[in-house]
Amino acid sequence: MAEQPTEAGIVLTPEEKRRQRQRNIAIALALAGLCVIFWIVTMVKGAAILQRPM
Amino acid sequence: MNRSALVSQAEPRDFIALLKPRVMSLVVFTALTGIVIAPGGVHPVLAAISLLCIAVGAGASGALNMWYDADIDALMGRTATRPIPAGRVTPGEALAFGLVLSVLSVLVLGLVANWLAAGLLAFTIFFYAVIYTMWLKRWTPQNIVIGGAAGAFPPMIGWAAVTGSVSLESLVLFLIIFIWTPPHFWALALIKSEDYARAGVPMLPVACGEAETRRQILLYTLVLAPVGMAPWFLGFAGLTYGVVAAAGGLGMIWLAIEIYRRREGAAARKASGRMFAFSILYLFALFAVLLVEQGILARIL
Repeated sequence: MAEQPTEAGIVLTPEEKRRQRQRNIAIALALAGLCVIFWIVTMVKGAAILQRPM
Repeated sequence: MNRSALVSQAEPRDFIALLKPRVMSLVVFTALTGIVIAPGGVHPVLAAISLLCIAVGAGASGALNMWYDADIDALMGRTATRPIPAGRVTPGEALAFGLVLSVLSVLVLGLVANWLAAGLLAFTIFFYAVIYTMWLKRWTPQNIVIGGAAGAFPPMIGWAAVTGSVSLESLVLFLIIFIWTPPHFWALALIKSEDYARAGVPMLPVACGEAETRRQILLYTLVLAPVGMAPWFLGFAGLTYGVVAAAGGLGMIWLAIEIYRRREGAAARKASGRMFAFSILYLFALFAVLLVEQGILARIL
């Protein structure tokens, strides 16, 4: 049975593979967005990024 | 072992649902108002990223709320289809998601704006997830009175992100949402009291009865109407705001009186439903007018 854990591990159904792929894409997009945010903030703030008002 | 415990069944939209998008939209709007009407300027890109951080932080606290409340969510019709009780997201996934977003949103807001705004955001997340969700909600009928503070912080955080300080104006914006929250939620609780009773949540109608809830709704609304006009009294909102706040406040009082008077059957449910819907419109109108009048128009004229 594909639904039972085996020594080789769990075999994902096509639907589970689709959901896993969607999650992976979402995580990749989120990480890329975070990188873009840091890049933009650095460009906008310049040296001021190191000066932190309380 | 259940297969869903071994293999995630979640889709990205389930994680978006964990963020409570409808609640987040109100947070975004009130925080935006705080950012726009705050004195001084901030780069639009930094303002937009600050707003995103506040939104994500609010969403993260929603995910932590759903993680902790999954047991009672499963018992209530309104919340039974949420991702965890529906079995699409595991509690562990929701907890990790909420914690990661909490830390990220606070750190990025600190770097982009300032650490006062970041500290307020962190406190808001803590207040909603721990003080309200884990402590007050299942313990006292005053749960949403005190817990409502979490929803009231966003305009103050927005203001702090621009100015680096907390002022009387931002405290007034906080107070408006704080006083608005009890009558808003109790109107819903009157309609959904059976759900809350089944889940054992001591919402006011369950713990103290519907008559007391109707009395409290009226009392809070009588306080809310003048508090809603405070920005005009204090001089940081114009005549348009004053007129809208007065008309909206009178509308709220009228609906609260209707709830107080109509206590049985369909008329009672209708009165509560109207109060719940109008209260959202009222708060939206107050902040929309403030946003346009003191933010957008003040910068153009």
